[in-house]
Amino acid sequence: MRPAGLRPAWLAAGVVAVLVAVVAGLAFGSVSLPPGGVAIELLDLIPGVRLHSGLTEREVAILTELRLPRVVLGLVVGAMLALAGAAYQGAFRNPLADPHLLGVAAGAGLGVTAVLVLRPAGGAAAGLPIGVPAAAFAGALIAVALTWVLGAAGGRDRSPAALILAGVAVSAFLSAMQTYLLQRHVESLREVYSWLLGRLGTAGWHDVLVVLPYAVLTAAIMLTQRRELDVLTVGDEEASSLGLHPQRSRYLLIVAASLGTAAAVSVSGLIGFVGIIVPHTLRLLTGPSYRSLLPLSLLFGAAFLTLTDLLARVAGGAAEIPIGVVTAFLGAPFFIVVLRTTRSAAT
Amino acid sequence: MIKIEDLTVRLDNALIVDRISLDVAEGEWVTVIGPNGAGKSTALRAVAGLLPFGGSVVLDGHPVDRLHRRERAKTLAVVVQSPVVPPAMTVFDYVLLGRTPYIAPLGRESATDLAAVEEELTALDLVPFAGRRLDTLSGGERQRVFLARALAQGARILLLDEPTSALDIGHQQEVLELVDHLRAQRGLTVLATMHDLSTAGEYADRMVLLSGGRVVAAGTPVEVLTEANLAEHYRVKVRVIPGDHGPLVVAVRS
Repeated sequence: MRPAGLRPAWLAAGVVAVLVAVVAGLAFGSVSLPPGGVAIELLDLIPGVRLHSGLTEREVAILTELRLPRVVLGLVVGAMLALAGAAYQGAFRNPLADPHLLGVAAGAGLGVTAVLVLRPAGGAAAGLPIGVPAAAFAGALIAVALTWVLGAAGGRDRSPAALILAGVAVSAFLSAMQTYLLQRHVESLREVYSWLLGRLGTAGWHDVLVVLPYAVLTAAIMLTQRRELDVLTVGDEEASSLGLHPQRSRYLLIVAASLGTAAAVSVSGLIGFVGIIVPHTLRLLTGPSYRSLLPLSLLFGAAFLTLTDLLARVAGGAAEIPIGVVTAFLGAPFFIVVLRTTRSAAT
Repeated sequence: MIKIEDLTVRLDNALIVDRISLDVAEGEWVTVIGPNGAGKSTALRAVAGLLPFGGSVVLDGHPVDRLHRRERAKTLAVVVQSPVVPPAMTVFDYVLLGRTPYIAPLGRESATDLAAVEEELTALDLVPFAGRRLDTLSGGERQRVFLARALAQGARILLLDEPTSALDIGHQQEVLELVDHLRAQRGLTVLATMHDLSTAGEYADRMVLLSGGRVVAAGTPVEVLTEANLAEHYRVKVRVIPGDHGPLVVAVRS
């Protein structure tokens, strides 16, 4: 018998999903481009490869300057949110854990808002201020720490429900602080609000470069802990008796997941439920082992958000639907299903 | 072998285990008994290095608190009282967790690890269950799986905390016979806690009676399981009847 782990077929499926999402995300929109030409143009971008796609100069500009950064950002943000969701679920041993439900996103949001409203005037045109990810990370870590402490108020066990309730309270508190900041700085209201709804729309290569180092680093850290996450499912005491440092692994995962979420939130705004939808669907299809769940969450999360962004662009016609609204439409019913199955398993 | 000297454990400032000293020889089975709250499980967890303690615990010549976690897991395996059952995990993957101390960080399980899992599945008659989810097994089957995971650690010392408390008498005997058979076959050293006194006495070479965190009696089952000892520390009237494999203890209404 083979142990649980990443099956090559699923890995291949994940890679195919990403490729399909990329080509679709590049080809469709207000101007449609031929998918075959898009694929050839992508190959042409690889150094040393020279191909002719047959796209006009204008089409190539749409592809590389407008759509490609947006698609790449969608991949990075989707991968981060899904991976962080899976990592939180394992680290907290809580199927309902998600960057948004734990208050992490609200904390990161407050950090970003603070930077956007408090920065010196005149900097608005320069894209994201460089301090944004750091502020988002500080906010995210404070939020997850608060949720963790409050979640223990009902006892040391931190039941799934207690932790999520604490996350709701922390989110509400941090959102209130954010609203207060905005009230005091009405001039930034529009900018912050459009960011809050979640967007990949204004993504340029600058945003991608700001978020990429954080994403690569935190994803690598989380992926190294995938076997530890499987051992953690038996509880801290037994994990410790099996030779692990459960607290060390848990803190590493929480810090990495929070940093990754903060980086994603700082460029994309609040896009909810990706960390619930993607890992839970994968669990149903491929089993509970984190050894396969983490890498597959990364791939399918990337594909999922890129396709969702495409949906948000084309479904709304001239006025794009904010992507956070689309994920919430899909995610809220999904969350209720997860909640119901979790409760029936717990009783 | 296990050498315990002046083992003391405080939890939240309460003294739970009070200067216990005990040696368990290689291949020996020692069972700790005592009323609820006597400190049995706490003492066992301290011996496993899972709790901070005073005094010293030496496993095969190495102080447990100075062993690297992985080395400790290769020296000593624990089956806790009610192990967490990870939902949807298969029996095979659960037993493979026992190989954790042998798998390098970022590494994969080796052919040796997989062979060790197969061996324990065979030894405990679990081969037909290998692909089953843990949450579909009965209590007796699950207890064998917990044992298989502990044995897969390849440790020479086995700590069992109430290994049979969730089982009916038939399955209790089945599990204990298995442990006894493996102990004889592999020369395992067994330190267990148990509530069922007659059963405990039938399998243990020696017994230790804890009360209020202290050792109040120690010796062979016949020496420890006396009507006077049990009446004093369990506050119950008992009758002790000689049996084929050890004294049989029956509580009687006073």
